[in-house]
Amino acid sequence: MNWVFLFVFLPLGGGFLLPLFDRFWTESRVKEALAGAVTLTTTVLAFATLGGEGIYQMGNWPPPLGINLVVDGLSSLMLVVVNLIALLVTIYSFKYMEEYTPTGKYYSLFLLMLAGMNGVILTGDMFNLFVFLEIASIASYALVGYRRGAVELEAAFKYLILGSIGSAFIIFGVGLLYAATGQLNMAQIALSLAAQGRGVIVGITSAFFLVGFGLKAAQVPFHAWLPDAHSSAPSPISAMLSGVLIKALGVYCLGRVFFNVIGIDEIQANILIWGGAISMVVGALLAIGQEDFKRLLAYSSISQVGYIVLALGMGGILLSRGEEPLAGLALLGALFHLINHAANKALLFLGMGVVEEQAETRQLAELGGLFHRMPVTGTTTLFGVLSISGIPPFAGFWSKLIILIAALWGQFYVVAALLIATSVLTLAYYMRVEREAFFGEVPERLRRVREAPAAMALVMAVLAVGAIGLGLLYLPGLRELILQPATNVLLEGLRYAQMVLGG
Amino acid sequence: MLYTLVFALFLIGLYATITKRNLIKIIIGVIIMEQAVNLFLLLIGYRTGGMAPIMDKSISLEEFVTRAVDPLPQALVITSIVISLGSIALMVAIAIRIYEKYGTYDIMEIRRLRG
Repeated sequence: MNWVFLFVFLPLGGGFLLPLFDRFWTESRVKEALAGAVTLTTTVLAFATLGGEGIYQMGNWPPPLGINLVVDGLSSLMLVVVNLIALLVTIYSFKYMEEYTPTGKYYSLFLLMLAGMNGVILTGDMFNLFVFLEIASIASYALVGYRRGAVELEAAFKYLILGSIGSAFIIFGVGLLYAATGQLNMAQIALSLAAQGRGVIVGITSAFFLVGFGLKAAQVPFHAWLPDAHSSAPSPISAMLSGVLIKALGVYCLGRVFFNVIGIDEIQANILIWGGAISMVVGALLAIGQEDFKRLLAYSSISQVGYIVLALGMGGILLSRGEEPLAGLALLGALFHLINHAANKALLFLGMGVVEEQAETRQLAELGGLFHRMPVTGTTTLFGVLSISGIPPFAGFWSKLIILIAALWGQFYVVAALLIATSVLTLAYYMRVEREAFFGEVPERLRRVREAPAAMALVMAVLAVGAIGLGLLYLPGLRELILQPATNVLLEGLRYAQMVLGG
Repeated sequence: MLYTLVFALFLIGLYATITKRNLIKIIIGVIIMEQAVNLFLLLIGYRTGGMAPIMDKSISLEEFVTRAVDPLPQALVITSIVISLGSIALMVAIAIRIYEKYGTYDIMEIRRLRG
């Protein structure tokens, strides 16, 4: 695994080179080619990590001393999701970003965000996690305000302030962990905490991490920034933010820190469950009333990430009760839903991005009958909608079903009821999008809208195939390749430490 | 005792960030919060009457270990200062742009986003 550093190095290097290209090759397509080549390479590498496990020692320092990058089932899964979505979004951006002048800066920030996310996923060091998290966050703050309109700047400022509060909480937590154990290496911290037992300080640290990562994952009550930021960003960036950024910085970190480093107990798991459940319901309720379709999608992200966090929490409780097979089911459901939501929400933001660009409005009321004018966008978006609302046989149905079964078998009846209620709400507001935007009469103003260009349509078609095909991930054979290793990492908390320090 | 003060400083920063209406005051609140975190990190490694963590030939390794302050948090603080410099520069830049668009720093008047 001595090439793992490329995941961080390539996007970081690309990010540094691109602003130079803005100056010297203003006309040519070099910038797009470079960004595409970088994301393509990292995607191929991400698929190559599947099934493998190992560590890379930066500067050849062995684990307790130096920073190491860790590849295991969970990080492979996240790498594949993040880099694949990034590749598709880059291809989509080629056409979409043509109207904005200095595209070099756009791709530069995009690659920095990717480098940050890859770093967060791979790193085995608490402070390094914070550094990569900030690289990804700062790049995303700038990308949200990229269009520099009044509303975009306002959204970026709100996101920036709340994001900085989250980061301050996270680094405070890292400091507390260092004070408690004298270590920064995640594996060493895990072993020290397991040996010395859990004191008050671990409780305080958990509270800081819950607030910090909760802000990054936009869980209620820390969700206020997400609808503004995700709806004001350019559509490809909305797809990145909603599709993967909140999962890499929020959900992944929650999972990694609570399951592999601190070790989850009932209190933390209960907070995760109820935080997730409240986010799920509140996000869905708020989405119903939205007139702006990008805001609707953003609220839906809060709701769907709530599902994932809730399932993580259920896994935690079942694990501390000693019901391992059931905990495995809940965690597998969480990761499965994470993959599905990444693909579906990226698809929806990209599809509605085409609608926004062609119709020049974000108000649902001003749309109508677009299915006739843009069949490809209409069909692909319909696939995304059906999958995210959980209609069989689309992928989203299977992951929601697994979470529901885990809730019923684990005797979380209230949670199960909320899950079903939220599914109904989700179906309701997505059907409203379909009805108002794609079906019915075409208003006079929209007679001239055209279909998306070929490259964008291709990207959406790939994601639409994913909306059905990802359901296959649960089949035996494929499950052992992707979902099961990642679930095992969360299930066998301390094995992570042994893997890192042993090899 | 010192830890309590640092935590109080952190809360003051958080309070300012959440309750103030002026963009610049909000930014100052964030700065206070980040500095409180930096002070906290320094305190973790601090040792009363300790010496600078510079190794030379005149002292033995044992004496160094028992007397020197922990250098690691200091390295963390430097990194953390650089990161907060980046985010604060971005905050100020956006605040200036917002002032150009809206002509005010008051967040109650900068309210085009709702819902």
